[in-house]
Amino acid sequence: MHAIFLRGILAAFVAFSGSAATGAAADELIGDAERGAKVFEKCKSCHAVGPDARHKVGPHLNGVFGRKAAGLGDFDYSRAMRRAGADGLVWTIEKLEAYLENPKVLVTGTNMRFRGLKDKQDRLDVMAYLRQFSDRPRDIPEAEPTAITEEVRLSDDILNIEGDPDYGEYLSSECMTCHQTDGDDEGIPSIVGWPTEDFVIAMHAYKQKVRPHPVMQMMAGRLGNEEIAALAAYFSALN
Amino acid sequence: MALNRRAFLGTTVGLAASLSAPMVLGQGKPRVVVVGGGAGGATAARHIAKGSKGAIDVTLVEPTRTYYTCFFSNLYLGGFRTLESIAHTYGKLASDYGINVVHDWAVGIDRDAKTVSLAGGAKLPYDRLILSPGIDFVDGAVPGWDVTKQNRMPHAYKAGSQTELLKAQIEAMPEGGVYCMIAPPNPYRCPPGPYERVSMVAHVLKQRNPTAKILIADPKPKFSKMALFQEGWQNHYGGMIEWLGPDFGGDKVEVNADEMTVTIDGEVNKVDVCNVIPAMKAGRICELAGINDGNWAPVTGHTMQSRIDENIHVLGDACAQGDMPKSGFSANSQAKVAAMAIRAALTGTKQFPAKFSNTCWSLLGTDDGVKVGATYEATDEKIAKVDGFISQTGESADLRKATYEESLGWYAGITSDMFG
Repeated sequence: MHAIFLRGILAAFVAFSGSAATGAAADELIGDAERGAKVFEKCKSCHAVGPDARHKVGPHLNGVFGRKAAGLGDFDYSRAMRRAGADGLVWTIEKLEAYLENPKVLVTGTNMRFRGLKDKQDRLDVMAYLRQFSDRPRDIPEAEPTAITEEVRLSDDILNIEGDPDYGEYLSSECMTCHQTDGDDEGIPSIVGWPTEDFVIAMHAYKQKVRPHPVMQMMAGRLGNEEIAALAAYFSALN
Repeated sequence: MALNRRAFLGTTVGLAASLSAPMVLGQGKPRVVVVGGGAGGATAARHIAKGSKGAIDVTLVEPTRTYYTCFFSNLYLGGFRTLESIAHTYGKLASDYGINVVHDWAVGIDRDAKTVSLAGGAKLPYDRLILSPGIDFVDGAVPGWDVTKQNRMPHAYKAGSQTELLKAQIEAMPEGGVYCMIAPPNPYRCPPGPYERVSMVAHVLKQRNPTAKILIADPKPKFSKMALFQEGWQNHYGGMIEWLGPDFGGDKVEVNADEMTVTIDGEVNKVDVCNVIPAMKAGRICELAGINDGNWAPVTGHTMQSRIDENIHVLGDACAQGDMPKSGFSANSQAKVAAMAIRAALTGTKQFPAKFSNTCWSLLGTDDGVKVGATYEATDEKIAKVDGFISQTGESADLRKATYEESLGWYAGITSDMFG
């Protein structure tokens, strides 16, 4: 298994290769669960975890690892989260880390207003803490692996490409077959008025198949870095 | 008399003047005439007018004042949409984009003089002509059927009154009656269309007339999204639908509209509704323009220009381009490439490499949507497929529902891209 994960702020691509069925020894390697409990203080106003956890503003987080997005039947998720779940988003460690870093990059339109944990160690630690409340490889061999190794994959200057807005306008005509120019969000999300950076990251996330939707994976899959930048430049100038 | 046959919207004065004295008023400003106001023509007209901001004079010729989209007309048959919800008019193209909308038939093209003749008598001069006329039927394709039989045995493959008629016939079927579809040979408009239609007819019959039967006579051994449709038919309408491919004589069919019978491989079947979808060809104006090779008008994918006349671009169902299916989405995608190329040729704007895409959603039953799609690029030889995907059998109900909802979003998106 090899998943590629996008880093919003650093604009560096980092690939995690979590081997499929890691042994029990790997299970605590995510991070420092004790420190993670402290990081989780930030989350507590909306989320509970543990034996008595119940839904608050956000869903309880017991058993979140390996669960489909919007997977709890008794919680009222945002439309965006339900759509992501239907598209196949599952809370693997890679996806969860992407979400924790910048929720709206992975699930545009999520109700989670949290700006994200910018510090990687914070994310790893809080995941290590949450991992204690999900099935663990130690107990269940087929559970999601917790050990992650990383390697820096590619350059950090993709975000700095100056897009050609004229080219973007032409390319955008393809987007507008499905996404409406007036920003209406009915069955298909709005893409009007996105900040350039979010746009570029989201498109690369589809291109790298971190985001699950097959149409968008296909559309983004054939766009080069220049073309994504051109689209972002065009849409950033559009209200 | 001739004036009664055409109507002007929006820039009435300018158009009337340019019709009577084309070389005076329009002088200096490049002129584009678009024939056909569907997914190809309306999109192209709008994108050229919008992009050129008045620098190009755009005239759209479309006989009907109200356009019913062929896509989603099956959902009307199934009771998921009203007819009004798939009806569109051209008011915004005239008022918001300054397009001269002429409701008339194009009946001839003089390629040397570069003019389009209208049934009403007018001649429209052009620098570039876009033909996006959709499809017509091949004469004699189904023995026993011709267009004079279309009220008895509707095709409903051009949306509007034909679709209404077919729906009424389905609803009037006797208990346990038979709906028969004669499916078309390749290539034809909307590859999954006949099979989505069968799904929608089955959906209606299951509620109103559950012992009724559906018979499909098909000259093709395989069809678009076949596994998905067959799984859906089994899940939703088990036993109601019988598909007869060529192995079962589906390619040897004759109909009799007076007797309401369909003879399949020599065996006579009495039917209550017969939906004949004959073999298709490019809309007749392409033939009249002399740009067809066989049944379709060949184009180059780089610009959608006719391979026979570079002043003419052909969009959508009518053109032979390569790998793209004949669909509204494809026509819309091709229209934008043509619009870009025409603006570049006439006003010197930038020209970019052609890119195309298509996705076709189909509804199998309530909240059960599937899709197939691909991206394409232009090569010198044809429009060539780059990458694609298709829904899988056995997908979750959640995903199918999301796919259906996505198709609703797409409908809203493409129709606003066409009509403003």
